[in-house]
Amino acid sequence: MTKSSIGIKNVRIIDPYNNIDNVLDILIENGKITNIAEDIFSQSGNSNLVVIDGTDKILSPGFIDLHTHLRDPGEEHKETIETGMRAAAKGGFTTICSMPNTNPPVDNSTTVKYILDESNKFELIQVLPIGCVTKGRKGMQISEMWDLKNAGCVGFSDDGDPIYNSEIMQTALQYSEHLGLPVINHCEDTQLSKHSAVNEGKISNRLGLSGWPNQAEDIMIARDIELAKKYGGHLHIAHASTSRSVELINDAKNLGVNITAEVTPHHLTMTDSWLLGHQKDTDVFASLGSEAYDSNLKVNPPLRTKTDIYSLLTGLKEGIIDAIATDHAPHALQDKITTLDDAAYGINGLETAFTLLASLYHQNMLDIVDIINRLTLGAANVISNSIERPKGIKKGELADIVLLDLNSDFTIIGKDFISKSKLTPLEGMTLKGKVILTLAKGSIVYEENNN
Amino acid sequence: MKNIKSIESLSEHNYKLSNSVKNLLDIDQLETNDLDTIFTLTEIIDSFLTNNDKKTSLLKGKTIVTLFYESSTRTRVSFEEAGKLLGADVINMSGNGTSIDKGESLLNTCLTLQSAHTDLIIVRHPHSGAPYFMSKHLSKTKIINAGDGWHAHPTQALIDLYTAKQSYDDLKGLKLVIVGDILHSRVARSDILGFQKLGVNVSLCAPKSLLPTTLLDKSTSDASDPYNTVSVEYDLEKALDNADIVMPLRIQQERLGEVSGFPSLREYSSRFQINDKTLKFAKPNAIVMHPGPMNEGVEISSEIAHSDRSQIENQVRYGVAIRMSLLYLMLIGGDFND
Repeated sequence: MTKSSIGIKNVRIIDPYNNIDNVLDILIENGKITNIAEDIFSQSGNSNLVVIDGTDKILSPGFIDLHTHLRDPGEEHKETIETGMRAAAKGGFTTICSMPNTNPPVDNSTTVKYILDESNKFELIQVLPIGCVTKGRKGMQISEMWDLKNAGCVGFSDDGDPIYNSEIMQTALQYSEHLGLPVINHCEDTQLSKHSAVNEGKISNRLGLSGWPNQAEDIMIARDIELAKKYGGHLHIAHASTSRSVELINDAKNLGVNITAEVTPHHLTMTDSWLLGHQKDTDVFASLGSEAYDSNLKVNPPLRTKTDIYSLLTGLKEGIIDAIATDHAPHALQDKITTLDDAAYGINGLETAFTLLASLYHQNMLDIVDIINRLTLGAANVISNSIERPKGIKKGELADIVLLDLNSDFTIIGKDFISKSKLTPLEGMTLKGKVILTLAKGSIVYEENNN
Repeated sequence: MKNIKSIESLSEHNYKLSNSVKNLLDIDQLETNDLDTIFTLTEIIDSFLTNNDKKTSLLKGKTIVTLFYESSTRTRVSFEEAGKLLGADVINMSGNGTSIDKGESLLNTCLTLQSAHTDLIIVRHPHSGAPYFMSKHLSKTKIINAGDGWHAHPTQALIDLYTAKQSYDDLKGLKLVIVGDILHSRVARSDILGFQKLGVNVSLCAPKSLLPTTLLDKSTSDASDPYNTVSVEYDLEKALDNADIVMPLRIQQERLGEVSGFPSLREYSSRFQINDKTLKFAKPNAIVMHPGPMNEGVEISSEIAHSDRSQIENQVRYGVAIRMSLLYLMLIGGDFND
């Protein structure tokens, strides 16, 4: 792919890696950042150079997604490595960590190599594979974690399922200590959650659905913390969704446990009351709306309540939660167009992540600097032992950047998604905030008007 | 009652539901005047049925499919009978012997029925919300929810309201006590909405493990939440104090699963059974209703089930008239434009 030459004028650069938050001009030549300063373009010499007006826009280092389901190999009808990478680029992500619940699962070096080879074919963005904690994701015997690390894995997870057996979790954490890579647990006591589609509470009762209580998550986080406290290792909590999880993680950090955590954009912005089918987020119990039971709202863990959202936001602001990760979980139409009980868990996350997060900024619930921090530096820190620390927006480096517009309207239309998964509970909603341009390794990988 | 000579002549009168009632998904869709219309029609139809003046051709040319993904006696038979007495063609469908057996999705089954000119589908499904899902995808065919998961059973609630109104002139201020497996009960959920709408005070009695947890948590409240005004009492004798209507529910063991907090029917019945001894704590003239099917000797004693306090056979009887009223109103009544 050809390296790009581009100028951006008068743009607010927010770069947590270099601690920059300034309105500046930036010049990129042949993919490399050659100048960052005020008024670079006032006496224009190079008339061939495309200069974008960055006024009121934000330039950030490329986002890192710690939690992407690419479905490839095995379920290529849902997503392929290529479509997932392109969708990620559209969402501003230049690095994504692929989840290992594929078919075959990523429990062997060959499958890791397949993912790396396939992703390198396209010269788009960087894909960092996560390997299985247990062989076949069956929860019985830990995988060959040393081999998986050597093959290129940056962490381990049986995501989709928890690591249920406490002894297996203990061993995995001990290996994690050797390898310096995180064990990423999907914390769910499945006996308590009963594989339910919704949070347990007023909404599940009103809808007559079995509920997935917060305790099913909290109990396993508490177990994992106790194990990590004794046996070491790096524990990473995937998609934290409850108030109590924030308290538990905070306490563990204060005790010196090596623990990190992520939260998804949908758990920060949507609640279980959306399932009542009214105007989004209105708690009207008296009668259900025509859009009640929307299976596109079925995610695991389930959408919680406003109380949980406030705690998660506090956790993000205070650094208790390190990263925002999408848990992009694409599905085919037939997996979702059915009853809530039958529908697959998962939401299309990559292409709506920034827009959802921008809505928190517009509601004064989260600062834009915090949003960008948790999508870049915060996420990078979780996998810091396996990747070189990103250089950020710095003279002499290849451009790995995303240009953001916080204030323009973006109407979410599922069929316009690059992802193969075209369904979203946000269908037809107009929100402020979108990605305009993404450069990875010095090349344009997404440009708003060219798609 | 208006001077109506036969069921057939209902068509000369302008009975109709609110325009919003295209499908009947739950009782929350019905306004008080819709309930009045349904009950007025039910009374007329029931009187003709009682006089054996049953068969009409009001719904001639209409096709009704009963699509049952769960077993049923009362609901299915009474819907089928209601459709046939009104002259509609009624087709019964279930998993056995249809493409549901071959793995056809609910969506495709519904679209097939719509393409085959079905006017109305009466659906029972083990998944809560299944009728809502169907209504989003069907433009021509109407839907009546005959029970979805734990969520709703609106026609049973209509029957229960109507039956109660036959015993009491005004339901306002009365006390209804529902005893038993509330957690898994779609009848309880629809009855709670329906009886509260008519001003009845609803009280629930069951072990905590058979109650929705939300009822036990009063920490947050929302004015529009119908469960805010429901009271809970774990002691059956206290619960029945001053009760006008007593409704025991069956323990839905098929939904309880293998590991549940339910020890035994024997112990349950010793604490929560409605029988001669426990019913003494209710008002002397209190009526007993049960949506069926009953497990006599568990939630209700045989003596009470078949006593003169029991309205259980009447509930079944009114079930036919209620469903005839609804089928008529949904397939014909709404067509009036005046």
